[in-house]
Amino acid sequence: MQTHVEVRDLCVTAGAHTIVADVDFSIPRGGVLALIGESGSGKTTIAMALMGYARLGCRIAGGSVRVGDTDVLALDEDGLAALRGDRVSYIAQSAAASFNPSRRIMDQVVEPALIHGRMDRAAAEKKAVALFRSLALPYPDTIGERYPHQLSGGQLQRLMAAMALITGPELVILDEPTTALDVTTQIEVLRAFKQAVREQGATAVYVSHDLAVVAQMADAIVVLNKGRIRENGRAVQVLQQPEDEYTRTLMAAARPERAAVDAPKVTAAPLLEIKGMCASYGTTPILRDINLTIARGATLGVIGESGSGKSTLARVIAGMLPPSTGAISFDGARLPPSLSMRDKEQFRRIQLVFQNADTALNPAHCVGEIIGRPLAFYHGLKGPAAAKRVAELLDLIKLPASLADRPCGGLSGGQKQRINLARALAAKPDLIMCDEVTSALDTVVGAAILDLLAELKRELGLAYLFISHDIGTVRAIADDIMVLYAGTQVETGRRQGYDGVARHPYTDLLIGSVPELRSGWLEEQGTRPAPPVIGQPKDGADLCRFLPRCSWRICGTCEEFTPPRHVTPGGNIILCHRPEGASEGAS
Amino acid sequence: MAGPATRGLLATALPLIGKRIASGMLTLLLVSLVVFFIAQLLPGDAAQEMLGQAATADAVAALREKFGLDRPAPERYVRWLVGMVTGDPGYSLVANMAVSDVIAARLPNSLLLAALSALVSVPVALTIGILSAMHRDARLDRGLNVATLSMVALPEFLVATLAVLVFSVQLRWLPSIALIPPDASPWLILRSLAMPILTLSVIVIAQMARMTRAAIIQQLSQPYVEMALLKGIKPARVVLTHVLPNAIGPIVNAMALSLSYLLGGAIIVETIFNYPGLASLMVNAVTSRDMPLLQACAMIFCTAYLLLVLIADTVAILANPRLRNR
Amino acid sequence: MTNAIRSWVKALSGSGLIGLALVVFWLLIAIIGPFLAPYDPGAFVAHDVFASFTGAHLLGSDYLGRDVLSRLLSGARYSVGLALAAALLASTAGIALALLTAVSPRWLDEGVSRFMDTLISIPSKIFSLVLVAVVGSSLPLLLLVASITYMPGSFRIARSLAVNLAQMDYVQVARCRGEGAAYIAIREILPNMIHPMLADFGLRFVFIVLLLSGLSFLGLGVQPPDADLGSLVRENISGLGEAAPAILMPAIAIATLTVGVNLLIDALPGRGRRMAGKE
Repeated sequence: MQTHVEVRDLCVTAGAHTIVADVDFSIPRGGVLALIGESGSGKTTIAMALMGYARLGCRIAGGSVRVGDTDVLALDEDGLAALRGDRVSYIAQSAAASFNPSRRIMDQVVEPALIHGRMDRAAAEKKAVALFRSLALPYPDTIGERYPHQLSGGQLQRLMAAMALITGPELVILDEPTTALDVTTQIEVLRAFKQAVREQGATAVYVSHDLAVVAQMADAIVVLNKGRIRENGRAVQVLQQPEDEYTRTLMAAARPERAAVDAPKVTAAPLLEIKGMCASYGTTPILRDINLTIARGATLGVIGESGSGKSTLARVIAGMLPPSTGAISFDGARLPPSLSMRDKEQFRRIQLVFQNADTALNPAHCVGEIIGRPLAFYHGLKGPAAAKRVAELLDLIKLPASLADRPCGGLSGGQKQRINLARALAAKPDLIMCDEVTSALDTVVGAAILDLLAELKRELGLAYLFISHDIGTVRAIADDIMVLYAGTQVETGRRQGYDGVARHPYTDLLIGSVPELRSGWLEEQGTRPAPPVIGQPKDGADLCRFLPRCSWRICGTCEEFTPPRHVTPGGNIILCHRPEGASEGAS
Repeated sequence: MAGPATRGLLATALPLIGKRIASGMLTLLLVSLVVFFIAQLLPGDAAQEMLGQAATADAVAALREKFGLDRPAPERYVRWLVGMVTGDPGYSLVANMAVSDVIAARLPNSLLLAALSALVSVPVALTIGILSAMHRDARLDRGLNVATLSMVALPEFLVATLAVLVFSVQLRWLPSIALIPPDASPWLILRSLAMPILTLSVIVIAQMARMTRAAIIQQLSQPYVEMALLKGIKPARVVLTHVLPNAIGPIVNAMALSLSYLLGGAIIVETIFNYPGLASLMVNAVTSRDMPLLQACAMIFCTAYLLLVLIADTVAILANPRLRNR
Repeated sequence: MTNAIRSWVKALSGSGLIGLALVVFWLLIAIIGPFLAPYDPGAFVAHDVFASFTGAHLLGSDYLGRDVLSRLLSGARYSVGLALAAALLASTAGIALALLTAVSPRWLDEGVSRFMDTLISIPSKIFSLVLVAVVGSSLPLLLLVASITYMPGSFRIARSLAVNLAQMDYVQVARCRGEGAAYIAIREILPNMIHPMLADFGLRFVFIVLLLSGLSFLGLGVQPPDADLGSLVRENISGLGEAAPAILMPAIAIATLTVGVNLLIDALPGRGRRMAGKE
C-alpha cells in the first residue's frame, strides 16, 4: 500500500528538555494508526507535530513529517494555516472546552470549510447537516443553532468530528476523543467515528491511553513511553504477542486481576448500614432510597456514571451532607447526620480518600505534617513517637521514610495518592471510603494502588466503600457491588451475581459497553435496538430513571408505575418491572 | 434564524439585568446610609459651623430648627434621601446657595472632560491591550508591560507637572490653566482641555490596557483557541473573531472601572489646571466642611460608578450566551 | 535561607531587579534618610528661592530657600512609613475578616460581604475625602483613613481566595476529620493565601502612597510643619512656571517608589494577578 504519512526522526523540545525523540513511523493511505502511552509519553505532542504545531514553550527541534507530497515542517506560517483544518484536521479530547462558548455550533462547524474556501456557506451547512445525520446526532437539522453549553459531552464530541470532517481532510487526528465520556456513551461515539472516517476514506491517527479502545479503532499501534517508541507493529501483533516489556506491563494493568483475598467473615452486625436514605442539594434530589450494608472487613463497590450521585453517597456517610430522610448506622449505633453533631471517635473510624490527590493534599504542608495531623488529632501522638509512626505508615504504603520532610508539590501522582491513603490509615479507621482513587492516575500506577488497597485490607482488616466509574476496577476489588443510575440504586448484589445474564438493563448496558482488549469487538456488538415505543410517561409518578434509554421497557407498565425490587436468579436485587431484568428468557 | 433567538434573549436576559438593577439600587441605598452616617460623626453641626464659636446658644438652636438639625438622625436621613432623589440635596451653607445650583454649574464641565478623555483613551487602550496579548512575552509585550506598569503607578501631579513644563513652559503650545470662557469656540475648548485630557488619559490608558491584555490572555489559554488555530485560522483572526467575543465581559468591566475614575479621580487634575469640575468642588467642600455639598458630590460619584458597573454587567450578560439563554 | 533569597533574586527579570533596587533604596531612605540630610530640613539655608541644582544644594532650594534634598530625605519617612503602616493594617484586617467569613455561618458571611461591597462602590478617593472632612488629618487619623479606604479591596480579594480554598479537597478532608473552624482557617487556608496576598499588599501600598501624597498635594493630608513628599509638591507649586527642581524632584521621588513596587510585584514568581492598577 502507498505510504501517506511519514514521520522521520521527529524531536520536540521544551526549553532544555527533550520531550519527544527519534520518532519514526509511517501510515498507508486510509490506514488508522494508534499512538498509545501514559501521560508524559509525548503522544499528543507527536500528534500535534503532524500539523506542524507545538504548544507554547515547545519547539519541533528536528526530523521530518510528510503528509502526501507535503513536507509539513518546511511550511511557513501561511502554508501551515492552509494545511490545518483543510487537509489535516484535529479532534480534541475535551469537546466541551474546545468549542468557543460564545458562538453557535453551526458557525464553528462550517468555519474550516469557509476559511479554506472549500465551499460557500449554504453548501457547507448542507454538508454539516449530512455529517450530523451520519454521526447519529439528534435533531440534525437544528442542532447547529445551539450553543455548546446546551449540549452534552457525547454530542459535542460528535459535533467536533463533523467540524473535522467538513473539508474532507486526507488525515484526521483524534486525540483521546472519548476519554472524557461515560463508557455507555463512548461506544456510540466510537462507532460513529469509525464509520465516518471510513466513509471519508481518510487516514487517521488515534491518540489514546486506553488499549481496549485502540484495539477497536486501529490497524497499527505505536507504543510510546517518555517520548520514545517502545513498540511499533500491526494492531493484532501488538495486542496478542507484544514484544516489548513495557507493552506487556500496559496490557497487564489495563485489565486488573483480582487479588486473592479471603472472603470476609460475615459477622452478625454489619459495620455500616444505610436504610431508606435520600439526599438532596437544596431542592434538587440527588440520591433516593439508598439501602446498603458493609460487613466488617468487606468491600462494597459503588459504580455509576458522572452525575449518578456516587460521590454524594460518600459525602452523606462522611457527614458533609445531612440526608433528608433515612438512617445511617455505624457499628450498630445511629450516626448523627451532620458534621457538627459527630464526635471525634465517629470521625476517626470513617475516613474519606478523595479522587484527586493533587487537590487533596495541602501544598503548604510537608508529607510528615499531612500524615502526622491525624496522629496528633485522634491519638495525641507528638514528637518522636509521631515521627516514628509516620515512618511506619510511609513504609506501609511503600514509600521511603525520607519523604516525610518533603513538600508534596514535587511528588508524582502515584506517590501523592499513596500519601493521601496513608493519611486515612493514620487515623486507624474501620472504614475507608475511596472516591475514584485510581481515575486520575495512569493505568499502571492505578493498578499498583489497587494492589496496595487489597494488601492493606488483608493486613489491617479494613472495610472499603470503593467508588468508581469503571466496572473492571470495581470487579477487581469489591465483594459486593451496587449500581447507581441518576441517584437510584438500580442493582445490588455479590460480585459473582453480576456474572450471570439476568441483570438490570442499565447494568447490562454498562457491562456490555466496556470494550474488550481485542480487535473486532466493536463490530460484534450489534447496535442496541431502539427503545420500544411507550406512552406519555405519567406525570408526577416516581418512574424508573433509566426509562428514556431502556431497550427493555414495557409499554403500559414502565411509563405508568414505580418499579419494584426483584431478586434475580444470581441473587442480586434489581429495581425493575422485569423480574429478570435484561434477560432474554424473561420477556 | 434570528427570530427565536432574539425572543429568547429578551426573555432570559431581562430578568438577569433586572436583578442587577435591583442589586445596584440596594447598594446605592447602603452607600447613602454610609455617606450620611459618616457625616454624622462630625463634632458640632452645620449651624454651629455657620455661626462660629461666638454665637449664642439660642441663635444656634434657632438655626438648627430652621434646617431641621434638631430632629433625630433617622428622620434627617430620610429627609435627606428624599431630597437627593427629588433633586433637592439641601443648602450649601458655605456657598450660600442651593446645592443643586452649585452642582449644576460644575457637572457639565466634569462630564465634558470625562467624555473627551474616554474618547481618547478607550481606543488607544484597546489597541495596546490587544497588541500586547497577541505578542505575549515577545519584546513588544515586555516593553509595553513595563511602560503600562510604570504609568499606572505615576502620581497624577507628576504627569500634570511634566505636561505643563513641556507643553506650556518649554514649547508654549498650550495654556497651563484650563479656563473656558463662556463664548469659547470648540477649538479653544479643545486647546484648553488638551492637557487635562492628556494627563487623565495617560493614567487611564495604562490601567485599561493592562486589564484588556489580561482578559485576552486568559482566553488565549483556553482549549478553543488552540482548536481554532488547528482549524487553520490565522492568529489575528482568531483573536478578533474567537477571543474578543469571549473577552468582552471583562474588558467592558475594566472600561467601566477606569471611566468611573475619570469622574471621581480627576480631583488632582482639576485642581492643578484650575478646572471648574465637580471633583475640585468636592475638595472645596472638604476644606470648608460644607457637609450637604460634600454628601451630594459623594453620592453623584457613587451613582456614576454604580451606573457604569451596571452598564458593564448588562453588556457582559448580552455578550455571554451562557448567561442569556440556558 | 540566604541561599533561598539569592536564588529568588536571580529568578527576577531585569525590570524586577530595578524594582527591587528601588524598593530597597526607599526603605533605606525611610529609615536613615534624616541622618543623611545635609541641612536641617526646616532651615532657610539657600540664598535664592527655587534655585536649580548646585554643589551646595544638590536638588536646589524650595520656595522659602530651604534645601530640597534635606526636605526630601525627611519627607520620604512620612510617605513610606505611613503608607507601609496603613497597607499592613488594611491587608491584615482584610485577610482576618475574609478568613472569619470563610468559616462562619452564611448569614454573617453575606452581611459582611454586602457591607464591604457597599464600601467598594464608593470610589476610594471620594471615600477618603469624606472621611478626612469628618475626622481631620492628623497623622494617626490619616493612617486610619487610608487603611479603612483600602481594606474592603483587600477583603474582597482575600475572601475570593479563601472561598475558593475552602472548596479545595484538602479542606473537605480536614472537615471530615472533625477539625474546628479555627484550625481550618489558620492551618489549611491561610498558608495558601499568603503568596497572592503579598502581591496584593504591594498594590495596596502603591495605592496608599498615591492617595496620601494626593491628599497632601490638595492640602488635606500631612499638615505643616510635617511634610511628606506630596506636601513638598504642593508647597512649591508656584515654581512650576520656572521648572524648579523643588516641584519636580518630590514628584519624581514618589514615582520611583510606586513604580519600583509595581515592577517588583509584577516580577514575583507565579504572578497570578497582573492586574496592577488603580481602584
